[in-house]
Amino acid sequence: MLSTYTYPKFEYRTPPELNGKPKQRHPVVVIGAGPVGLATAIDLAQQGLQVILLDDDDSVSIGSRGVCYAKRTLEVLDRLGCGQALVDKGVTWNVGRTFFDTEEVFNFDLLPDAGHERPGMINLQQYYMEEFLVKRATQLAAIDIRWKHKVSKIEPSKDGVIVVIDTPDGSFSIDADWLVVADGARSPVRRQLGLEIDGKVFQDRFLIADVVMKADFPAERWFWFDPPFHRNQSVLLHRQADSVWRIDFQLGWDADPEEEKKPENVIPRIRAMLGDEREFELEWVSVYTFQCRRMQKFRHGRILFAGDSAHQVSPFGARGGNSGIQDADNLGWKLRAVVEGIASERLLDSYSDERGYAADENLQNSTRSTDFITPKSSTSKIFRNAVLDLAREHAFARSLVNSGRLSVPAFLTESQLNTSDTDLFEGWMMPGAPMDDAPVQVNGLDTWLLRQVSNASHEFTLLIFGTNAIDLPELPWKVRVLRVIQRDGLSNPGDVVDTEGLVARRYDGRSGTVYLLRPDQHVAARWRNFDATALRNALSKALCLI
Amino acid sequence: MNYLNTQPQFGIPGERFVRAFQPGDDFYEALIETHVGLTDEQSQKVNARLVLLLANHIGDLRVLREALAAARKDS
Repeated sequence: MLSTYTYPKFEYRTPPELNGKPKQRHPVVVIGAGPVGLATAIDLAQQGLQVILLDDDDSVSIGSRGVCYAKRTLEVLDRLGCGQALVDKGVTWNVGRTFFDTEEVFNFDLLPDAGHERPGMINLQQYYMEEFLVKRATQLAAIDIRWKHKVSKIEPSKDGVIVVIDTPDGSFSIDADWLVVADGARSPVRRQLGLEIDGKVFQDRFLIADVVMKADFPAERWFWFDPPFHRNQSVLLHRQADSVWRIDFQLGWDADPEEEKKPENVIPRIRAMLGDEREFELEWVSVYTFQCRRMQKFRHGRILFAGDSAHQVSPFGARGGNSGIQDADNLGWKLRAVVEGIASERLLDSYSDERGYAADENLQNSTRSTDFITPKSSTSKIFRNAVLDLAREHAFARSLVNSGRLSVPAFLTESQLNTSDTDLFEGWMMPGAPMDDAPVQVNGLDTWLLRQVSNASHEFTLLIFGTNAIDLPELPWKVRVLRVIQRDGLSNPGDVVDTEGLVARRYDGRSGTVYLLRPDQHVAARWRNFDATALRNALSKALCLI
Repeated sequence: MNYLNTQPQFGIPGERFVRAFQPGDDFYEALIETHVGLTDEQSQKVNARLVLLLANHIGDLRVLREALAAARKDS
């Protein structure tokens, strides 16, 4: 098979622990240098924490695997210092089209409103994403990445964890105050600890073919129900970087994965789809099944599970990798606040609660998509096809067509970290909401609202509309004041000028309005007028101090 | 069609949904779950009863006649 990508080989070094270096206790150890482990390590290191990152391999993931990275992931990676690298290499898209037989029955636009820096989605092979994250991680002196370090045993204790590690030079152990486990869906650590992960296995098989070809299809997501070239099944097409295209064929449960993977069986399927004239080469082929399941709790004492090790979904909706990055984003500031003694340890239970809530939403949506795409009974299939029939003509049926509800960040409206509204607001930026972006100017330069909030410094932000003077009270953690000034208003250096009025519109901001924003860019509280006591209480609540 | 509304209508009066697709997907899941564990014959009966219940709720014969025609089309 052809290869458009050269896998990097990262250097294994003999661990200093085996060279006679005295054993040290580490504040945080992260297991797994996939997207989630890398994002967690970068986040913590940017906040000044020393991190050991362990990986049993010495390269990036093999095969393109994860493909779709959502707006929210890009916004998180912007704060981690590598969002632009992904956008530059990736294929930007917003529109998805769904076909039934030969006709288009439904389309969606992930970002119908202008005024956001990042697109709804980019497509990029997972190995590129990991490569960019590794590159960023190696720029940070606080991260010690250990390749070819395979964790063989975890021994939890009341105030820490002992991690036993095998390397090519032998075994040793390290002590950690906190352990983040991002070792993937099969999670050897989760298994060794005997922790359960419950849910549903779907009895269906899908074939992934990554194909290198020259094609001028638009950069859109195309999904077929029952197309002439693959009857009674579904097909999904995505464009990736380097003229690589992802084609995903539903095969059914009875398919033989080993037979289906053979090029002589894959190539005719692709020919039937693309026509005989189109030249292409296979780059990667895989047959997969999937499960929808989650751990009950993502925190077990000093051990925190993130990404696929904690929850797994079907691929329809791109809710796997994208939710893992949001786990890292949610965990980073909380772990730092607990390690530094600013917040109560209970803040880490809120990591489990908030990301568990998000996992439930992802499980619900991806399970519904799967049930629509692969109906489990003849009645279910009759309804599904009736929706697709009616969708040609009737708007209500188009809204029921479910070929995947694509990843968006959860509105953490149930979180105990929120302070409920006492004033009236329009719009969607309620406590728990992920922040909306907007075009702004700072110091005369065009930029974006999200770029101004917790960019690498990870403090809480107090967003104040207008120029009203305020006196910050004594607070349990640093809060950075950021002012939003109307376009023609008088602004000081560093103020956010609302050039198009979109900040005011999206946040229903009037002169005097105040938002308390978390380091992960979720709204914690908001008021029509600044009140020092209310702010102190809200911040204390967001840190689980009260 | 003059009387039958085929714009998306699923929801709960007075409730806002962050995602526009949520109430429709809630309905569709409930519909499919209603049939779980039934034979095809049982499902047909359930569907017939469902049509009758909803038809009576709508009541307006002008709407129902248009709905019947739209459902029959292309069959």
